[in-house]
Amino acid sequence: MSATEVSSASAEFARRQHSPVQRLQHQLHGKPWLSPLFLLLVAFLAFYIATPTFLTASSMGILFQQTAVVAALAVGQTLVILTAGIDLSVGAIMVLSMMVMATLARDDGMPGIVALLIGVALATGAGLLNGLLVTRINLPPFIVTLGTLSIFTAIALLYSGGSSIQADRLPDTLNFLGEGFGIGEFRITWGIVVVILLYAVIGFVLSQTAWGRYVYAVGDDAESARLSGVPSMRILLGVYTVAGLIYGIAAWILIGRAGAATPNAAPDANLASITAVVIGGTSLFGGRGRIIGTLIGALIVQTFAFGLSQLGVDQQWRYLATGVLVIVAVAIDQWIRKVKA
Amino acid sequence: MSTTTSELEVAHGGVPAGKEHVYSQQPVLSARNIVITFGRVVGLDGVDLDLYPGEVLAVIGDNGAGKSTLIKCLTGAYVPDSGEIKLNGERVSFRRPQDARDAGIETVYQQLAVIPALDIASNLYLGREDRRKGPLGSVLRMLDKKGMEKRAGESVRNLGIQTIQNMGQAVETLSGGQRQAVAVARAAAFGSKVIVLDEPTAALGVKESGMVLDMVKQLRDKGLSVILISHNMPQVWDVADRIHIQRLGGRAGVITPETHDMGEGVAIMTGATKLSEDAP
Repeated sequence: MSATEVSSASAEFARRQHSPVQRLQHQLHGKPWLSPLFLLLVAFLAFYIATPTFLTASSMGILFQQTAVVAALAVGQTLVILTAGIDLSVGAIMVLSMMVMATLARDDGMPGIVALLIGVALATGAGLLNGLLVTRINLPPFIVTLGTLSIFTAIALLYSGGSSIQADRLPDTLNFLGEGFGIGEFRITWGIVVVILLYAVIGFVLSQTAWGRYVYAVGDDAESARLSGVPSMRILLGVYTVAGLIYGIAAWILIGRAGAATPNAAPDANLASITAVVIGGTSLFGGRGRIIGTLIGALIVQTFAFGLSQLGVDQQWRYLATGVLVIVAVAIDQWIRKVKA
Repeated sequence: MSTTTSELEVAHGGVPAGKEHVYSQQPVLSARNIVITFGRVVGLDGVDLDLYPGEVLAVIGDNGAGKSTLIKCLTGAYVPDSGEIKLNGERVSFRRPQDARDAGIETVYQQLAVIPALDIASNLYLGREDRRKGPLGSVLRMLDKKGMEKRAGESVRNLGIQTIQNMGQAVETLSGGQRQAVAVARAAAFGSKVIVLDEPTAALGVKESGMVLDMVKQLRDKGLSVILISHNMPQVWDVADRIHIQRLGGRAGVITPETHDMGEGVAIMTGATKLSEDAP
């Protein structure tokens, strides 16, 4: 067999016409965030037609503020899901971190910055614990984080005595991310700025560094990655630890957003973060997805909630819509994965 | 070197005609008395192996004879319980695949060890990425994507692979033969001494097998030593200089395509006949 024979065969193959559907499949394979972006734009348009106040600067400011906490958590969740894992303890770690920050700093008990650092360090340690259980004891991430979800929730409740701490008893440092500035009617909190920075930093790391490439490799095929010289266990441990750090930052955003530290805050944060990641086009089977998709996914979920509430529609429609979206997103992912050259 | 030569005859059951000078050299890679057990199962029971410069050494054997286990021991994927491995005469001990790669031994595993979701260039450089020059690389740790893509293209073209053009293509969109070509190109680009191929044609059609075998010959012609594990006897007899026959976790003998035909090779492999030189 000669080389020319092979190349002519491949040229013939390339000439074979792809149907429009196949071309779409190819586009989505390279850019899995395209379909959620399309959906977001459609949702914006639909809500704008239904209620023109939806697309005003002040409404958009509120929408972004409402999205901030879940969007921050979803950054960590994306890292974990890219490694073919899942993190059910996101909300629990965030709440535990928040209650520790608030309790330590309450009534000037401790300088705000010190309490903040302790809270974030604790969240990082909680992520590290998840990572150690996954990599050292080789437990499935689902089981590990299901366990730590209960453990961290219980510790948060026991530690805080189950009571809330209002913003007026907290130092300015902890409340800072709830403050912001207005561009006309469009109000941006520092929390939103932090979220944007989180996406920029993790987006950079995932697309531009070797570590980011290893995250995808470990999630796609851990054994092949190991044989290729990727330190799989170290990457996994790093992912869970960085995720913990991000949940700690989310705790800080949540205090500012809620104006209080409440032990039973954000009860649906776990599922909301997973929903954002999945709707954003990241594969639950690992190795595929873009962080920008997660931001779009978080915005989609919140757009439905916000738009439907502006319309005065029963909130159950929002959950119904979210459920449909999750199933559709995973179905699209399955289809994209069957792409052929 | 007369004593060496006589030792070789005992150990190898023959040397390819006209290539005696190669086999009087020091082996690139030699293993002595490699033993590995998995629980109560004995994987390898004291195996020896010698690989000489610029040769293709085929390793054949029945299922479970320990072919893959043997090369995993030589490439750091398994750590043998006992035995000695020498690379260019120096004793080495690989604790993980990266150690063997650092020493110049590249492996193309049966399961290929490519990452389907990553593109070709990323796969070629996986585990040894180049960073950008200056502070972008040293401080921000940015990858030199363009440079790696360019060099990946050169590596692939160097092997005469015409069917792969776009290095930014995801590996999962490639055919089986093209994936194999990517894995071999990666090994060839970084393997400075030894390249190990585990069943490189097992999943391929006739045409694609031919392409891979051509690559194997090219690697040898470039002076690399190749270990080729295969079930496909015609292919082995086509490309191999010598054939190491693995049987029941041990070495049944080493033959050459000139001295033994396929039938005799298979007979030794299945235990129907014994290689007299290696009989204890």
